[in-house]
Amino acid sequence: MRASLAASLPRPRGALPATTLPAGIFLVLALLPIVALLTGGSYLVSLGSRVMIFAIAAVALDLLVGYGALISFGHAAFVGLGAYAVGILSAYGITDALISLPVALTVSAAYAFLTGVVCLRTKGVYFIMITLAFGQMAFFTASSLAPFGGDDGLTIAVRNTVAGFALLRNERAFYYVVLFCLLSTYLFCRALVGSRFGRVVRGAKENPVRVATIGFDVYRFQLATYVIAGALAGLAGFLLANATEFVSPAYMSWQRSGELIVMVLLGGLGSLDGAIIGAAAYLLTEEWLSGVTEHWKVIFGPVLVLIVLFARGGLLGLASALVRRLGRG
Amino acid sequence: MAEPAVRLQNLRKSFGALIVTDDLSLDIMPCELHAIIGPNGAGKTTLINQISGLIAPDSGTIKFDGRDVTGLPLHARAALGVARSFQVSSILPGFSALENVALAVQSRVGSSYRLLGCAAAESGLNEPALAALADVGLAERAHVPAGELAHGEKRALELAIALAMQPKVLLLDEPMAGTGSEETARLIALLRQLKGRFSVVLVEHDMTAVFALADRISVLLYGRILASGAPAAVRGDPRVVAAYLGDEME
Repeated sequence: MRASLAASLPRPRGALPATTLPAGIFLVLALLPIVALLTGGSYLVSLGSRVMIFAIAAVALDLLVGYGALISFGHAAFVGLGAYAVGILSAYGITDALISLPVALTVSAAYAFLTGVVCLRTKGVYFIMITLAFGQMAFFTASSLAPFGGDDGLTIAVRNTVAGFALLRNERAFYYVVLFCLLSTYLFCRALVGSRFGRVVRGAKENPVRVATIGFDVYRFQLATYVIAGALAGLAGFLLANATEFVSPAYMSWQRSGELIVMVLLGGLGSLDGAIIGAAAYLLTEEWLSGVTEHWKVIFGPVLVLIVLFARGGLLGLASALVRRLGRG
Repeated sequence: MAEPAVRLQNLRKSFGALIVTDDLSLDIMPCELHAIIGPNGAGKTTLINQISGLIAPDSGTIKFDGRDVTGLPLHARAALGVARSFQVSSILPGFSALENVALAVQSRVGSSYRLLGCAAAESGLNEPALAALADVGLAERAHVPAGELAHGEKRALELAIALAMQPKVLLLDEPMAGTGSEETARLIALLRQLKGRFSVVLVEHDMTAVFALADRISVLLYGRILASGAPAAVRGDPRVVAAYLGDEME
């Protein structure tokens, strides 16, 4: 009986086997540039990179929202800080990723630590509001940085080199670097939520008083999670700055934070897979609908409301419900 | 005389104008089972909450093993060996029964900042957890999500969580509330078996359980201790009979 103990413990609760979905997602992502090669044009490749960059930020946010019940409304600030680290360094001629990436991660993690110390003393709606406030603080600070473009943002002359190699300047190579970052982020977060640390964080989501009564300082565990999620968002920011060769305060706006929350909700909370699916679904729908009509948000808004109302587990929940129904015949 | 496991000195707590704990002093000796009884609203749960650290007293001191813990938060007191159950079952509903208990084991053994490695597969956590579940008769239900357990099973799970912490002091807030007579008998048997390993503070309305288990009984009325002593002495105390036991014993 003991041997089957670990195997029979419930992992994510969908009907889909736990590893097939992520394996499928990453297989599709790995093959996309090859498909693009056949159809011609690098548009698909750069769109794919953009989707994966936001997926990294969304996976990090899912760690907070889905596993910690910490609804952060300022997540875009960490993405923006990572991007600004790249932009400001390159304005001073420092353009190698060996420097700019650690700086981006450190700056985002440090901002997460400093704001998390305050934010995590609040709960519920107050937490949402105070993370929003800190996000806006970063936004307005960036807007007033006159030497670095202020409102207009900052153009990055050339993408970062990696240890002197111009690896990121090839669109396809860049794509695979982003894919590698997404895969690493995903595997790291997957390991984290199943670890001893992750178990405490998930427990605190279920019942913080019980977890404290057992002997855990819930605040510290949540702060550590907040810093990790901030640093991962900084990674997304680093990639975003290199992808667009431009940084702007808009990266940090509260609308962007809201979009990230929508991505996580749309895909399905607390599964990590859902965050990737949600980011892809959001950005591709946006891309497609904005090509159809200028007023795409009028269509997109109600669709989102319907999904949140009728598919409580997001797209992932909807899909696993379908699979279950088909399985029954 | 030995140092008391828990020493409460001049505790006061009021909610607005309502005084819930009124200059209360009490010693819980090592390894004794100390029952606290009293009518509803006497301040029993508030007292347990102050000992465990869920709420802070307005004044007075709480000591564990001679150490002042009045300013320590919930989790720090738990780390010193204070476990508790709640009047309304407090469990992690989305976790399996086993994982609920394994988390308590994890708290005792430490290394909870470990980011990698699958905690659910660690036999060092699961085996003691399963043993604690077996102690309370829940081994068969180890993989059921705790939220889907029956009421009596949730009470038993709370006890298993507390036992897995290997506490020095166990605070039980009405563990028999709402359980059937069969479960009550099993809980009494279990507590009798555990008696002597650590101190237990038992808040309970079930007088059969109290008189079967307690080494000492304190009667609480309006936040004060009306009487405290051996069960026989308390049972015979005319003030206690008038205030509380008269109704309970019929």
